[in-house]
Amino acid sequence: MGPSGSGKSTLLAFVSSALDPAFRARGRVVADGADVSVLPAHRRRIGILFQDDLLFPHLSVGGNLAFGLPPGGSSVERRTQIAAALAEAGLAGFEQRDPAARSGGQRARVALLRALLAKPRALLLDEPFSKLDAELRARIRDFVFARARRLGLPVLMVTHDPADAESAGGTLLRLPG
Amino acid sequence: MGTAIRGLSRCCAPRRRWTLALFLGPVLAGLLGTLLPAFGWLPALGGAALSLDPWRGLLEAPGLARAVALTVLTGLAATLISFLLAMGFCAAAQGMRAFRWAQAMLAPVLATPHAALAIGFAFLIAPSGWVARWISPWATGWERPPDVATVRDEAGLALVLGLVLKEAPYLLLMAVAALGQVPAAQALRVARGLGYGPVMAWLKVVLPMIYPQLRLPLRAVLAFSLSVVDVAVVLGLGQPPTLAVLVLRWLSDRDLALWFPAAAGSVLLLVLVLAALALLSALEGVAAWLGRRWVEKGARGGDAVLLRGAAPALFGLALLASALAMAGLLLWSFAGPWRFPETLPAALTSATWQRQVQAITDPARTTLAVAVLATLIALALVLACLEAESRHGLRPGRRVMAILWLPLLVPQLAFLFGWQVLLVRLGLDGTLVAVVWAHLLFVLPYVFLSLADPWRAMDPRQARAAAVLGAGPCRVFLAVKLPLMLRPVLVAAAVGIAVSAGLYLPTLFAGAGRVATLTTEAVTLAGGADRRILGAYATLQAALPLLAYALAAAIPALLHRNRRGMRAA
Repeated sequence: MGPSGSGKSTLLAFVSSALDPAFRARGRVVADGADVSVLPAHRRRIGILFQDDLLFPHLSVGGNLAFGLPPGGSSVERRTQIAAALAEAGLAGFEQRDPAARSGGQRARVALLRALLAKPRALLLDEPFSKLDAELRARIRDFVFARARRLGLPVLMVTHDPADAESAGGTLLRLPG
Repeated sequence: MGTAIRGLSRCCAPRRRWTLALFLGPVLAGLLGTLLPAFGWLPALGGAALSLDPWRGLLEAPGLARAVALTVLTGLAATLISFLLAMGFCAAAQGMRAFRWAQAMLAPVLATPHAALAIGFAFLIAPSGWVARWISPWATGWERPPDVATVRDEAGLALVLGLVLKEAPYLLLMAVAALGQVPAAQALRVARGLGYGPVMAWLKVVLPMIYPQLRLPLRAVLAFSLSVVDVAVVLGLGQPPTLAVLVLRWLSDRDLALWFPAAAGSVLLLVLVLAALALLSALEGVAAWLGRRWVEKGARGGDAVLLRGAAPALFGLALLASALAMAGLLLWSFAGPWRFPETLPAALTSATWQRQVQAITDPARTTLAVAVLATLIALALVLACLEAESRHGLRPGRRVMAILWLPLLVPQLAFLFGWQVLLVRLGLDGTLVAVVWAHLLFVLPYVFLSLADPWRAMDPRQARAAAVLGAGPCRVFLAVKLPLMLRPVLVAAAVGIAVSAGLYLPTLFAGAGRVATLTTEAVTLAGGADRRILGAYATLQAALPLLAYALAAAIPALLHRNRRGMRAA
């Protein structure tokens, strides 16, 4: 947690190897027992969710999930996996829908499913709930944390909302302003 | 002053009629004026009945098939290579320092007129050009220029490369503008986090996001490449030439009967362009379908080390070739004796310039006058429309935008020919008015495209804050909006001047061959004049728009040197 400008998002950029060249960083990123600091972004397998869900507008809901699914398998297998993931999230049969026409809560869930299908070592959350209204926020938050806990997935979240921080139920670090 | 502005904003109310008269008038009347003679109807030349004779004349012309093949191949190749180069560069160089460097190099390359760049490129790659001189005689043993056709080659390779030099940077500029409007950086981070390699992530995620904004520029590039005349005259094969050059040759022949097959040839060119545009749309459909399946397979791609090295290197090579082409023009215009294998002239002299100063002054003055007039009119119209847009919440619909793009998509030959016939009727042919009007058709779209985005991105609260303080709409426009928009307005003006200074065919037709600008003179001289003279004309042709760009950068920097909030981002 920390106020604006305290470097929360910069920290996440460092972890996912997307640091702006204007910054210098020291330290290591260890995920799943392996030092991934030396790897380029796409080999770290660290997923990220932003406050904008960033579902790709040129793909359907199913297409977005297929994008996250690792390559391999027949197209039938791939479709089965995607259908199962959608059903589990209460979105059964949404494959062909246009993500832009979904509600905020549905989009947020699809974005999480996409990140999880890629089997990440860890998940970064960059104020992912701040655009949702209060009631939806609590629901999506629980959905995300329940999933992560079930998969045993380490999560690093930055936020300036105390309720977000509290419900995560993890170690709380405060960055000075 | 207030009335003037009120007048300006009022002229935007009937702006549709204005746009129609200014834009559709010449284009549609011109197309009709080309179509009728193509079927034998041109009473002034004795064609009083519809017939297919012009087409027979066209089809019997020697070398027509080769000309058509050459036109199609060079046009498609130039467009495809430019697109691949620009997109490859974007995909490979994202986040690299090379991306910023290339962006800084774009403005001068884009400002340089096609003809000047083509002439400089010919100086670079000709058998007696710089490249041959650098490697001779130590590597090649050549003591005299080798007898190989590196310029005006059979396959039209020089023509294709000459077009790519201008069009790849143009498409890159359009891509950079489009990238600013989508969350490209964040989308890339998401894709990288899902395990996608940098190039793969760009191709699968960012390209589909920005492509809708590249559709029209890509079509303009395609239409231009198929119908270009000045670059084809300088770099293309003379026998057979491309279709556009062949038609122009007939039109400038003393035998007026050749006008009929020439009109048919212009129509054929229009058909070729329409067919190519249809082909592009079909390819886009197939690519979208295949692309979606490809994306959904989920292949991650690797580090793409080879591509990440090769694409920026190739693009850098294109920019370097442009820079060397310009340097070559300047050097030749000051060259004293310069024998073949020597890399540099034996001496520098201003003799060429001194001898040419008389001859060059008039076309230079005309170029400047036409460019400034066309740009001022275009700026006034565009500002009036943008101001009306923000006052009344109007936005030009798709149809208005399509009209704006029309002169850039229809081959110039296909309507300029017919329009000239009309200008003769109006007694306007060969006048400055006609030339400025013709230039306006091409200057206005670019000024609008350049200014619209920054103008619409202006923070509306500043105008509101001024209005609350009691300033009327006119004062808000003059005292708040214009000063805030000084930099984009000047950049748009520089774009307008660069476009105008580079126009060849519109000047030739509307001027009826009697209005000489630096461009028409340079292209005429490219037929075989002394390199020193040609270098002088092309240098001056390129200097004018570069000067405009330099002023557009310098004036705001000077005026706002004590205003931190007004500095360029």
